[in-house]
Amino acid sequence: MPNSLPATIDETDALLRGGGYVPDRSLTTAAFLSLKLTRPLFLEGEAGVGKTEIAKVLAASLGRKLVRLQCYEGLDITSAVYEWNYPRQMMAIRLAESGDAHDKESMSANIYGEEYLVERPLLSALRPDACGPPVLLIDELDRTDEPFEAYLLEVLSEYQVSIPELGSVRAETPPIVVITSNRTREIHDALKRRCLYHWVDYPDAERELAILQGKVPEAAASLSRQVVAAVQHLRDQDLFKPPGIAETIDWTRALMALDKRQLDRQGFEDTLGVILKYQDDISHVRQRAAEDALAASSSAK
Amino acid sequence: MSAQDTSGALALNVMNFARLLRTAGLPVGPGKLLVAIEALEVIDLTRKEDMYWALHAVFVERHSQSELFAVAFERFWVSRPSAHEIASLVDKETTPSSSHQGPALPRRVADAMVEAGLASSAPINEKNIEIEVSDTWSAKERLKSTDFESMSIEELTATRRIMADLRLPIPELPSRRFQPHASGRRIDMRSSLRSTVRAAGAIDLKRKRRVRRHPPLVVLCDISGSMEAYARMMLHFLHAITNDRDRVHTFLFGTRLTNVSRHLAHTDPDIALARVGLAVQDWSGGTRIGETIASFNRRWSRRVLGQGAVVLLITDGLDRDGGTGLAEEMERLQKSCRRLIWLNPLLRYKEFSPKSAGIKAILPYVDDFRPVHSLDSLTDLAEALGKASDLRSWPRQ
Repeated sequence: MPNSLPATIDETDALLRGGGYVPDRSLTTAAFLSLKLTRPLFLEGEAGVGKTEIAKVLAASLGRKLVRLQCYEGLDITSAVYEWNYPRQMMAIRLAESGDAHDKESMSANIYGEEYLVERPLLSALRPDACGPPVLLIDELDRTDEPFEAYLLEVLSEYQVSIPELGSVRAETPPIVVITSNRTREIHDALKRRCLYHWVDYPDAERELAILQGKVPEAAASLSRQVVAAVQHLRDQDLFKPPGIAETIDWTRALMALDKRQLDRQGFEDTLGVILKYQDDISHVRQRAAEDALAASSSAK
Repeated sequence: MSAQDTSGALALNVMNFARLLRTAGLPVGPGKLLVAIEALEVIDLTRKEDMYWALHAVFVERHSQSELFAVAFERFWVSRPSAHEIASLVDKETTPSSSHQGPALPRRVADAMVEAGLASSAPINEKNIEIEVSDTWSAKERLKSTDFESMSIEELTATRRIMADLRLPIPELPSRRFQPHASGRRIDMRSSLRSTVRAAGAIDLKRKRRVRRHPPLVVLCDISGSMEAYARMMLHFLHAITNDRDRVHTFLFGTRLTNVSRHLAHTDPDIALARVGLAVQDWSGGTRIGETIASFNRRWSRRVLGQGAVVLLITDGLDRDGGTGLAEEMERLQKSCRRLIWLNPLLRYKEFSPKSAGIKAILPYVDDFRPVHSLDSLTDLAEALGKASDLRSWPRQ
């Protein structure tokens, strides 16, 4: 059953929390405005801070369909917007040729009809849905290239796709658009200008603990606190890639799989690869920071 | 006061706030102003925090602008200037008065001001420069030390000619996009079908092939004392190459690393160089290659080396720190880019032997080493880079 859009920031907060997401006030405000003003929400931040999750939770708690477009280098119209179904078109031409009844004119009109169109995410997000306008997640936009960004600019300002053979498709009500970027390159200002920008930062200890308890409720409270304290400590270290929230959750699950109730030296050493993904970081932490992290976690018991 | 009046006053305040942000260098256009007013109408204005984040979501476009926004917000909304003060606040910001009313801006905000202010397309003028002068550092002093002679028309045409002929030792790579081509290897189904329908049934196969394009280029250029003589020429080269192709990122380093890509993007070389002169704070000082490469690896490599970039390192390899920690950072740099080219402009002797610790540390991790024996003009530079001899070693073994 589709839910109505939240009318205040507090309602947005409740909506996200109801979906299992623990936002901070800045994110809630940006999300609320995005829904209220029907502007795309542009989320930037390090990997693993929960950018994609926001779109998923929004879709789930609003009861809308989630349309996801995963970006990659070379993403083009045929895989992002629409494509013609060539085999079927060829078949139609052959059939038309074998029968005398159809004249050429009507054939050319027919093979560019809706039934030969293969919809891809962007187009299907513009189509009306029984549950209301869908949530369109354009994930990791920084992976694609500038030409696609320029095309997206057109789609996001008019919520319209033009198909030369068929005419243009316009959304009656614009979809809820969430764009994420890992900042592996700068997104063009023209696109950002049309969006509401939000930098998703690492959470503070309190919020991270709330997220962790929501995601891994079966973990012992003391273990969760230790893990959060250790991760918060690691983020202050001079690391190439500090662990994100996704790593915190994975790490807790890994420790539980090893039947750890406490974060001890052995467990820390054995599972370091779950939170740190660069050899330099691992050796750095092994050498210098292990003692500190353990000390920080033991004081949080 | 009626509701009409309240919203009118609010709109006026937002407008003044937007003006303040614009003067401080945030790219705030009239479109954003309307969105901001709209945004404030739908939130509860009694919560300052909500108002802060609402305006933040509208006006801020990149993470680096957040601090600047915070200072501006604090000054405008929290310090609560009276109505006539608001009007004068905007003007006060632009006057070059040395007596700052507010607290001294933190250094990083001052930096952000420079970045944001220069990034905007507004032409640089006295007023703009003056607000960037915070109490912590002097822009004038640096301007003096980086006073580049402006380019003559002959120089400009010569540069254009050289750039047109320049071939970097970087072959174009096939991208994942296609373009129609008569002898392409793939069939373009869409245009084939269209022409088949047009030709009334006779199947006419159209072909396509991959678009080839330059990989992104990242230039790390040394501007320390020992490289001083080449600074102007290098910057002209960097400016020309930035405007010649897309996806070029330029960093200058001496003792610290500065990203000048946005400053160099201005089409006029003199304005671009003046902006670079303002942005960089360590002209003609010492060199800390290891430290600056490390900070590049930490802060920038993931943001600019994403799509298989080629790195061009321009330095003489003379390191104040004697090459400590340089080898590790060079190894990481080499591993995270497609190809690492080192242009060393100070090797005047043909019998090159790596004596300095810095050079020894860099050399093993370079894919393509380009020593230049004499470097007097852009032509020499272009020649040094354009030599085809090393193309054999492509791709990296």
